Amino acid sequence: MNLTLHIWRQKDRNDTGKMTIYKLEDVSPDMSFLEMLDVLNEKLEVEGEEPVAFDHDCREGICGTCSLMINGKAHGPRASTTTCQLHMREFKDGDEIFIEPWRAEAFPIVRDLVVDRSAFDKVIQAGGYISVNTGNAQDANCIPISKEQADIAMDAAACIGCGACVAQCKNSSAMLFVAAKVSQFANLPQGQAERYARAKNMVAVMDDQHFGSCTNQYECEAACPKDISADFIAQLNRDFMKAGLTK
Amino acid sequence: MFSFLCSSLGKKYLMALTGLGLIGFVIAHLIGNLQVFAGPEAINSYAQTLKDLGPLLWVARGGLIVLFVTHLTLALQLNRTNQMARPIAYAKADTIKATLTSRTMVLSGLLILLYVIYHLLHFTIHIIDPSYTALLDAQGRHDVYQMIIAGFSHPVITTTYLLAMFVLAAHLHHGASSVFQTLGLNNGKYRPITSLIGPALAFLVFVGYGSIPVGVMLGWIN
Ligand code: HEM
Ligand code: FES
Repeated sequence: MNLTLHIWRQKDRNDTGKMTIYKLEDVSPDMSFLEMLDVLNEKLEVEGEEPVAFDHDCREGICGTCSLMINGKAHGPRASTTTCQLHMREFKDGDEIFIEPWRAEAFPIVRDLVVDRSAFDKVIQAGGYISVNTGNAQDANCIPISKEQADIAMDAAACIGCGACVAQCKNSSAMLFVAAKVSQFANLPQGQAERYARAKNMVAVMDDQHFGSCTNQYECEAACPKDISADFIAQLNRDFMKAGLTK
Repeated sequence: MFSFLCSSLGKKYLMALTGLGLIGFVIAHLIGNLQVFAGPEAINSYAQTLKDLGPLLWVARGGLIVLFVTHLTLALQLNRTNQMARPIAYAKADTIKATLTSRTMVLSGLLILLYVIYHLLHFTIHIIDPSYTALLDAQGRHDVYQMIIAGFSHPVITTTYLLAMFVLAAHLHHGASSVFQTLGLNNGKYRPITSLIGPALAFLVFVGYGSIPVGVMLGWIN
């Protein structure tokens, strides 16, 4: 199929950047979206142009490196799918496709479609871990955890930190990400000791990083390739309130 | 405590709590107003009872003003941060599941502010039509019943009120469900239920308040 691509090109952090139009012919519906971009880049290189920079790593939907706002949707039109797992059969011959980087003050553009997501790392550094003394690993079943509880924690832990929630949110809020990272521990016994300090510290850093605030429109959960539920945002709201009221 | 309330989440809690307080007022005011359907005696004596509260009435009014101003200030503050959080818009933006009402909360809110000012000038301060002040019933009380009929005898005013109630309903359509999420009361089981509360309240408010001007227009109140 033949496509018209509108792609954001920006040389570096300081360049103003602009949307640029590329025509791409003979795209196979079996290609992944990133393979389609690879083909475009090969063509650009042959023509002596700079290839389009975009983030990718595992290409199997587990690492959270790929991104891309495709026609106004984070990770493209298919629900519960990362861009690397998206295939060109989702599009049809003659389509115009807008490809843009995540847009958020907290995610500055490094080049073309690549953004700097270290704001997420800073949030994680503020409490996205459990402090344990080193030594032998505990016996696997010495802390009983119900299946239901483990499942909830696991649903939160499915977050791959790609940033689609921020990109899709009308306010560029990072609440779904932070909520997932807080909830994966808040739902396990091992996470209890630092539970409220964690919520408090991670939210403080989130606010510092110039993310917006949540207006409960649930665009984040709809865009999330891992189907993280906005119910975890309610949990973060609960935990942060408790953290604020009890000290 | 201060830094807690100044965080983005703290501000949202205050928005939700002030919003809830305002919803309380909207419901109480609706129940009060609907007494117009019970005839002049009911609504006029209700109005007189409120007036007789004297200083207490001013305490209530003060409380409402505090709720309103806090809600408004925080809304504008948070909205500004949200706009700064995405300085460059998408060339092609799309919406997956956000509702129209959720995306227009600032607009509907500011329209409510304009409406409230007009409403006070109209029915409370009587600046729009000073003759309302002279309306007295047989017992010498302010004749609210006649004032309502006079007020809604103008098609333009009636239309304005109906539009304003539509906007209020739109704000509550999102807002009254949103509070549950903000205050952390949602979970997988409750969200399907709490997400119905906004639309239900919006319907109630629009039909309830709207019934009064429509009632005057159709001659049910005369
Ligand atoms: C001065 C006029 C007003 C403005 C500018 C305003 C603006 C806003 C904004 C921007 C939001 C945030 C939307 C969100 O978080 O989803 C909001 C939420 C809300 N508003 Fe208003 N509003 C106004 C008046 C009112 C009134 C009169 C009521 C009630 C009758 C009300 C009830 C609510 C509720 C319940 C919420 C939900 C809070 C939450 O998200 O948890 N608002 N308002
Ligand atoms: S490249 Fe790893 S998730 Fe897409």
